[in-house]
Amino acid sequence: MHEFARGNPSPMSLTQEELEVLQLSLRVAFWSVLVSLPFAIAVAQVLARSNFPGKTIFDAVVHLPLVLPPVVVGFFLLLLFGRRGPIGALLDEWFGIVVAFRWTGAALAAGIMGFPLMVRAIRLSIEAVDRRLEAAASTLGAGRAGVFFTITLPLALPGVITGALLSFARSIGEFGATITFVSNIPGETRTLPLAIYTYTQTPSGDAMAMRLSLLAVVLSLVALYLSEVLVRRAARRMRGEDAVGPG
Amino acid sequence: MLSVRVERTLGKFRLAASFQAGEGVTALFGRSGAGKTSVVNAIAGTLRPDRGLIEIDGTTLFDSERRIDVPTPKRRIGYVFQEGRLFPHLSVAQNLRYAGLFSRGMPAKSFDHIVELLGLKDLLDRRPGNLSGGEKQRVAIGRALLSDPRLLLLDEPLASLDAHRKSEVLRYLELLRDEIRIPVVYVSHAVEEVVQLADTVVLLSAGEVAAVGSAEEIMGRPDLRSATGTFEGGAVIDAKVVKQDMQYDLATLAFDGGELTATNVDALIGEPVRVRIRARDVSIALERPRSISIQNVLAGTVAELSPGQGGIVDVSIAIGSTILRSRVTQLSARELGLAPGMNVYALVKAVSLNRAGSSPA
Repeated sequence: MHEFARGNPSPMSLTQEELEVLQLSLRVAFWSVLVSLPFAIAVAQVLARSNFPGKTIFDAVVHLPLVLPPVVVGFFLLLLFGRRGPIGALLDEWFGIVVAFRWTGAALAAGIMGFPLMVRAIRLSIEAVDRRLEAAASTLGAGRAGVFFTITLPLALPGVITGALLSFARSIGEFGATITFVSNIPGETRTLPLAIYTYTQTPSGDAMAMRLSLLAVVLSLVALYLSEVLVRRAARRMRGEDAVGPG
Repeated sequence: MLSVRVERTLGKFRLAASFQAGEGVTALFGRSGAGKTSVVNAIAGTLRPDRGLIEIDGTTLFDSERRIDVPTPKRRIGYVFQEGRLFPHLSVAQNLRYAGLFSRGMPAKSFDHIVELLGLKDLLDRRPGNLSGGEKQRVAIGRALLSDPRLLLLDEPLASLDAHRKSEVLRYLELLRDEIRIPVVYVSHAVEEVVQLADTVVLLSAGEVAAVGSAEEIMGRPDLRSATGTFEGGAVIDAKVVKQDMQYDLATLAFDGGELTATNVDALIGEPVRVRIRARDVSIALERPRSISIQNVLAGTVAELSPGQGGIVDVSIAIGSTILRSRVTQLSARELGLAPGMNVYALVKAVSLNRAGSSPA
């Protein structure tokens, strides 16, 4: 197993290892959110505004990662997206994309685990959009897609931000599915929680685990604060109020 | 030219209405629940009739026989809703230009013209959340007009405004009526608005067209009273301001048959106004009275007596070609010996001559 640098790192700056872990975690979370967002918006719109047979089952499947043990999700991912798995083999053959034991796999696992949270927040926010505004837009010439992109989606923006943040936070914290699917490879798949876990398994690693845990706390606070600011700004915009002061 | 024939059954309510509307303002008038909004929604395409035919300028929008149902975005019908429905995330200017996103916008010249006409210039950069109710409705009207419509539908656009805002928006609507050349269908249950704006009134009652005619005709007919909701009864008179007496704040209005004095007439000399005189504000005398506070004494002849419930009689009095209505008790009618053809004097209190629309319905 990879050994972390010993010694007493400065309390105010991050070591090379810590920086690497942080960067990897941010990259994994960023891409997982970015890639899953369009799907989540589409699924949320369908759940909020359409009725079709089997909707309940569809809804349940979307929510599955929320209730399944993460290890189970990781295991299924391994079966499907492993190099010999049905999807993994196709991806490799057609696009040369390999996700197994790569950071991209960690992003995939994180995206799937955060998906239900994202869909839920966006769906609630779409359901809250006044349908009479959508009807007004259609009398002005907007077709279904036009109404969606100019009215529904902008008005649901606070929910989209909340959903993205929830999923981002979930991605930063993802452990079970990640370690099962892509293992714990330093610099490739060892994200923040995995690094903390590794330190707790290492003799005299408690101090390092504490440093990384504090880092996780700071990261979460920053993300929460940012989303709060963004949601508030978006909500003010949605209420149709004039901007107050600069920004 | 708009031609509408719609049938729709919804639970116990059955809508079966047909009418035509040409240039100018056609008021769909009737009490709440008469089916007015269902009719305009069918025209806009947001409600699908069971059967019917909707055509405008030779284009079929809906035809149940030929299975034609043009979707709402393609109908080119401007719709102004009761609650405005401005898009809160867009500025006033973006709201006005919204239809342009879907190549339904108007050239810049029309944009400037309509902004000017509705007095929206100072609002362009504002957001809808901070506008007053009247301003919101003006923007909504502008937005609908700028979508290059073949027809403008206004569904109780003044219903959610207070009396002051109502008359503000009403003035703009009057202005528009005289400026734009597309047919307007105006839904309302307020007598005053209909009287002031409508060229033609389509009276809806329990889902059916009860009568079609000019505002004067419809509002004056005693037999339509339960459908119009004008239980008070009255007459609508087209007049013109001929004198404004600043000292007493009195205006003299000339109409076909005589002159009337009125207070609170917010119009310039020469401007046409419509006034509504409620039957209960008109008394009858057999001789010209002297020393009386009532300013308007008009000579006429009794045209018709229609007894109503509760011991009252509505008397139609012809003054020139204008018909005034007076509500008196049956007892007074007998004591005066009122009969068609009699010469009488109609006494109208000047204060009751509010300009239609400036008083709450």
